[in-house]
Amino acid sequence: MRKTTPREDFLAGIWRENPVLVTALGLCPTLAVTNSVANSLAMSAATFFVLVGSSFLVSSVRRWVPNEVRISTYILIIATFVSVADMALAALVPDIHKALGAFIALIVVNCIILGRQEAFASKNPVGRAVLDAAGNGIGFTITLLLMGGIREVLGKGSFLGVPLFGPHYEPWVIMILPPGGFLTLGVILLSLSAIQRRRTRRAEAAATGAARRAA
Amino acid sequence: MNGADAPGVTTAPQAPRVSAARLVVTLGGGGALAGALIVIAFLLTLPAIEAHRAERLNAAIAEVLRGPARYDTLYVVGGALRRDPPPGADPTTLEKVYLGHAADGKPVGYAVVAQEPGFADVVRVIFGYDPATKKLLGMKVIESKETPGLGDGIEKNQTFVSQFTGRATPLKGVKAGAGKGDPSEVDFITGATISSRTVVRIINNALARLGPALKDGAEAP
Repeated sequence: MRKTTPREDFLAGIWRENPVLVTALGLCPTLAVTNSVANSLAMSAATFFVLVGSSFLVSSVRRWVPNEVRISTYILIIATFVSVADMALAALVPDIHKALGAFIALIVVNCIILGRQEAFASKNPVGRAVLDAAGNGIGFTITLLLMGGIREVLGKGSFLGVPLFGPHYEPWVIMILPPGGFLTLGVILLSLSAIQRRRTRRAEAAATGAARRAA
Repeated sequence: MNGADAPGVTTAPQAPRVSAARLVVTLGGGGALAGALIVIAFLLTLPAIEAHRAERLNAAIAEVLRGPARYDTLYVVGGALRRDPPPGADPTTLEKVYLGHAADGKPVGYAVVAQEPGFADVVRVIFGYDPATKKLLGMKVIESKETPGLGDGIEKNQTFVSQFTGRATPLKGVKAGAGKGDPSEVDFITGATISSRTVVRIINNALARLGPALKDGAEAP
């Protein structure tokens, strides 16, 4: 494997290898709690905290953890951070904690987090592990905010609870119900893949153009 | 692993075998550390979490009793109300009702918390009840996971919520617009009949169970 620069470690998770939009991990929270911007924000913040904290710790102890118990150790570390995040949210933002319900506890089994520990943090030095985790955390945050923004604006006619369209707007309720999550994610993935295809085609055209010129 | 164990057979170099004791120590130590961290976080956040819970209950009691000057917590023991929990009982697990008083010390009514399964999950309701007139003072849903946009109207639809104030009990739920003007009629929300019916049922059942005690209590304490 080619050695990557710290910059690449950080940026990969945000766009090129975005955990939700490209590798399609962590879909459960992406679909379930993005019915408002506030919920998306709290979920992203909790996940970011757990991801960065776990990557830091897993990378720090990677020399001392025997291979046989590594997964148990990762889960232990992740679960500890999740418990702390759960209690912190309950203490700081009780209303949002209530709205997120069981999905905070389910961060323990979020594939993005366990995936980053197994694929990256357990094999790389602390600094790079934290950068990688932060990149993935930001990528996850961007996706959740995108989902939450679209769904809240269409489904409730508001953004972060602030009404946008006045009293005559009839909310498109299905957008904040579970089907709205699937619809929104589908449309986002479709748009991204369209952009990707156009970019590939353009790159190919440029390549053939250059080859023709060279000839 | 098997190939490497047989003498004389060499395969690719392997990591040295880890002793069972080390596995146990790693996991056990990690577990102890994790437990300690969680306990610390729990102790740090507990006061804030309890305060939020108490605040939420306070606000709900004030709302359904329409702003009493003060209220007393009474314990429900064996169908009767007590000021103090019976010796040996854990006060946090006992059922409680809250007796509100006006500024002149007169009782204004009880706030009662009750819950039953709704359309999605358990619906938890607090309501104010005046035993003298047998009328409701107010109703507030404090916990529900009813369908957003439809069933959650029992929490957010002000027309539905406000109609409980002044209703005679036992309540009678009717389809919106089908009422005959009876003082015990509650209009269901169109599209949320099951959720609406749940609220009416919770209040009726709670009053059927606690009603006699509430009457006695208003005179005794």
